[in-house]
Amino acid sequence: MKDFVKLFNTIDQTTKTNAKVEALALYFKNASDADRIWTIAILSHRRPRRTVTTTLLRTWAAEYGNLPLWLFEESYHVVGDLAETIALVLPKPLKQSNHPLSYWIEYIKALKDVEEEEKKVAILQAWNSLGHEARFIFNKLITGGWRIGISQKLMVRALSKFTGIEENLLAHRLMGNWDPSSTSFDELVLSENPLDDISKPYPFYLAYALEDEPVDLGQPEEWQAERKWDGIRGQIIIRKKEIFVWSRGEELITDKFPEFNSLVDALPEGTVLDGEILPFKDGKVLSFNVLQTRIGRKNISKKTLETAPVVLVAYDLLEFEGQDIRHESMAERRKKLESLLDSYRHESLLLSPVVKFSDWDVLKKEQKDSRAHNCEGLMLKRKDSPYKIGRKKGDWWKWKVEPLTIDAVMIYAMRGHGRRANLYTDYTFAVWNGDELVSFAKAYSGLKDTEFQEITRFVKQNTVERFGPVRSVKPELVFELAFEGINRSKRHKSGVALRFPRMKRWRKDKSASEANTLDDLLNLLNLYGQ
Amino acid sequence: MSLLSFTSRGIYCEKADVYIDPWRKVDKALITHGHSDHSRWGHKAYLCTHSAKPVIEHRLGKINISSVPFGETTTINGVKFSFHPAGHILGSAQIRVEYKGEIWVASGDYKLENDGLAEPFEPVRCHAFITESTFGLPVYKWKPQSDVFDAINAWWEQNKAEGKTSILAGYSLGKAQRILQNINPAIGPVLTHGAVENINEVMRAQGISLNDTIKITKETDKNLFPGSLVICPPSALGASWMKNFMKHSTAVGSGWMMLRGARRRRSVDRGFVLSDHADWDGLNSAIRETGAEKVIVTHGYTSVFSKWLRDQGLDAAEVQTRFEGELAEINDSISSSEAS
Repeated sequence: MKDFVKLFNTIDQTTKTNAKVEALALYFKNASDADRIWTIAILSHRRPRRTVTTTLLRTWAAEYGNLPLWLFEESYHVVGDLAETIALVLPKPLKQSNHPLSYWIEYIKALKDVEEEEKKVAILQAWNSLGHEARFIFNKLITGGWRIGISQKLMVRALSKFTGIEENLLAHRLMGNWDPSSTSFDELVLSENPLDDISKPYPFYLAYALEDEPVDLGQPEEWQAERKWDGIRGQIIIRKKEIFVWSRGEELITDKFPEFNSLVDALPEGTVLDGEILPFKDGKVLSFNVLQTRIGRKNISKKTLETAPVVLVAYDLLEFEGQDIRHESMAERRKKLESLLDSYRHESLLLSPVVKFSDWDVLKKEQKDSRAHNCEGLMLKRKDSPYKIGRKKGDWWKWKVEPLTIDAVMIYAMRGHGRRANLYTDYTFAVWNGDELVSFAKAYSGLKDTEFQEITRFVKQNTVERFGPVRSVKPELVFELAFEGINRSKRHKSGVALRFPRMKRWRKDKSASEANTLDDLLNLLNLYGQ
Repeated sequence: MSLLSFTSRGIYCEKADVYIDPWRKVDKALITHGHSDHSRWGHKAYLCTHSAKPVIEHRLGKINISSVPFGETTTINGVKFSFHPAGHILGSAQIRVEYKGEIWVASGDYKLENDGLAEPFEPVRCHAFITESTFGLPVYKWKPQSDVFDAINAWWEQNKAEGKTSILAGYSLGKAQRILQNINPAIGPVLTHGAVENINEVMRAQGISLNDTIKITKETDKNLFPGSLVICPPSALGASWMKNFMKHSTAVGSGWMMLRGARRRRSVDRGFVLSDHADWDGLNSAIRETGAEKVIVTHGYTSVFSKWLRDQGLDAAEVQTRFEGELAEINDSISSSEAS
C-alpha cells in the first residue's frame, strides 16, 4: 500500500492541481494493472461492496484502543470521519506489511460471507500490520465516502498524461457500468474498441451560471432559450432493444423509472436523449418535492406511479441512428430532436419547448416569470455550439431567478464533517410564531470559513443544551436564508419545506426579535408554493 | 467557600482577594503567561514570573507589574502563592495556592515535553487541580518534537532544492520561537515576519539566545527568499504580505493539524502537528502526577474530558471560562487575515 499512501499524501498535501495530476500520472506509470484499475475505480466512486458494518468497526476500534465506546463516539463527532477516527485511536501496529492496494481490496471483499468473529480477527490483523496512514486508507476502503481531492476530470487528465490517449476519449471509456474486479486495465482504458458496453452514456455537458446580464452574450438570434427545469438531469439510451437511464451523477437509475421501459419500442435503435426527468401529471409539471418521494425508494409502488408519474422533458439528442452527433451544432441537433419526437410519440416523452424572444428584454420578462412555470430560470444555449464534455464556459448558461429569502434565527448547531470537522457549521433555523420560535429549515452552506469560526465561538459560549453532536444555542444570531422554492410539508412542524435552503448572509445588524414570522413564511407559501 | 472559585471575572481567591488570569478588570491579577486570553489589559496590579514579564509588558504597554522567580512563595493574607513551570511557553507557570494545608493548582496552559525554550513542566502535588483540555480527546497524540522537526527540516530542504521559499506559520509568541530554536539553521537563512521578530527581540533582550534571524521589510533583498525559511503568524498566510514571495510552499505548525479536516481547511501545503499544549496522554499523566482528587476542567473539550475523568474515579467538573487555548490562535489568525 506504500505507493498508494504516498500518492494519497502527495495529493492531500498540495493545493495545486498540476502537482496532483503529476503525482497521479506517475503513480499510474509505476502501478500494477490491478492497482491501476482499482485506483480508477476508487477515484470514480466505485468502491468495493461494504463487507463489515461501521457499527462493528466502531466497537472493535474502541475495544482495541482501550476506550469506552462513548468516548470513541465523541471523538468521531470531532474528527468528522470514521476511518480517520479509528486510525487515530488504535495503538501502534506490531509490524508494517507492504501489500499493494489491490491486495487489501481483495482482503476486504473476501470478508463478505464470513462469520463475525472471523471478520474481527481479520480486521484486527489488518490494523496491526498497517501504519497510521495505511490504516486510514484501509478503513476508507471499507467505509467509502472518499473526498480525496481529485475529481474525475483530474483523474482523466492524469490517465491521459500517462497513456497519451485523448481526454475526451478516456472520459467516455471510463463511464458506465464496469466492474473493477472483472475488468482489465487493457480492456477499459487502452483498447481501441472499448468494451462492447451498450449501456455507456456520454459525459454530460454542464452549464455555468450567468452572473451578468445576457445582453453581453451578443445577438439574441445566436441563442436558443429554454426553461430551466427543476428535476433530475438524465440521459436515456436506446440501444440493441435495451433501455438505460443515467443520472448526472453517473448512476444507472433505469429501475427507478419504469415509465420509460416502453420507450424501447417507441424509439428507433441507436437513440440517446439528454433531458430532465420531471414529475408530471394532467398536463402540469409538479414540484421537485413530489420527485423526492421516489428517489431513494427501493421499490416503486403502484401508488407512487399514480401520484408521482414522471416524464422526460428532452432537450438534446446525442446519438441518432446509432451515430454520435455531439459534434453537430445545437441548431442541427435540435432540428433532429424535434423531428424525432414528432414521428415517435410516447406519453412519457416531451419536448422541452423553446422560449421565443426577439430581444433580451423580452427574455428577461420570461425569466422573471419562471416560478409560475415551476422552473428555476432559463437555459441559454448557443445555436452553433457542439455538445461539450463537463462544465465549460461560453456556450451554455443557466440564468436562474433570484432566490426567495427570509430572515431566521439560529436555534441549533451541529459539527460538520470533513474539512469542516470540529467547527459548528450545520444549523437549524426558526421563525417567530407569537413568542415561540418554530423551526423550519436546516442549512450548512453559504458562509465563509471565517464566519464559521466566529459562529463556532458563539456556539461554544452560548450553548443551552447538548444532544450528542448537536447543541441548542441562545436564539440570538439572525441569518438571511435563500431558497429556490417553498412547499407544504407534513414532515416539518412548521408545515413548510424549502428547496435548497442556504445562508445568504449573516445579518449581524439584526437582533433575534427582528427575524421574520411564520406568517411571513406562509405568505411566501401562498405566493409561490403549490 | 473553596480556596479558589470561579466568578464572572475569573478564577478567584477570596481569602487573598486576588484573581488568576482574570478576563475582566480586577485589582490584583496573577498571570500564568502572556497569551492574550490569559493576560488581559486593565488590571490595577499584575504578578507573573521573571521570564514572562518582558513579553507581557511588551503586549500590554504601561502596566503596574511585578515578577517573582519560579518556586518563590508570595504570601497574601496568609495564603501562599508560588509559580511553577508549565512548559507551555517561556515564563509560563502553574500557580500553586496554599492555605491551611489545602493546596490548589491553576495550571493555565501546559505541555509536558521539554521544547528547549520554555522552562520544562514540573508536576506539583495538590488536592485540587485546575486544568485545560484543549486537546482532551484520545485522537490527539503528539510525536516527539525531534520527529516533527526532522519532518520540518526535510520539507525545508526539499523546497530549497526546488528553489522555493518555505513559509511556516506558528503563533508569534511561543510557537514561532520554539520553531526557530529547533530547526536546523545550517539549511539556510531564517527570515521572520515583523510580528514574530518583535517577540524575538523581547526575548533576546531578556538574555535568551535565539538562532539568528533576518526581519523581512520592504527593503529586504528578494534574492534572499529562495531556499530560506520564513516564520510568520498564521494570519500572514492569507494576507497580501504573501505577495513578497515567488515560488513557495506553505505550512502551519499546530496541534489542530492532527486532523485531516483542519489541515484541508487551512489549505496549506503541509500541516505539522506541533503544539504547546498537552496531548491526551500528557493531560492524563499530568493529572495523575498531581495526586489531586478534585479536577476542574476550564477550556477545550471540557464536558467530554471531565466525564472521562469521572469515569476514572476522580471528582471532576467543567467550568466555563474565557480561556481558549489553541483555538485563540486559529481564530485570531483568520480574523486578522480578513482585515488586511
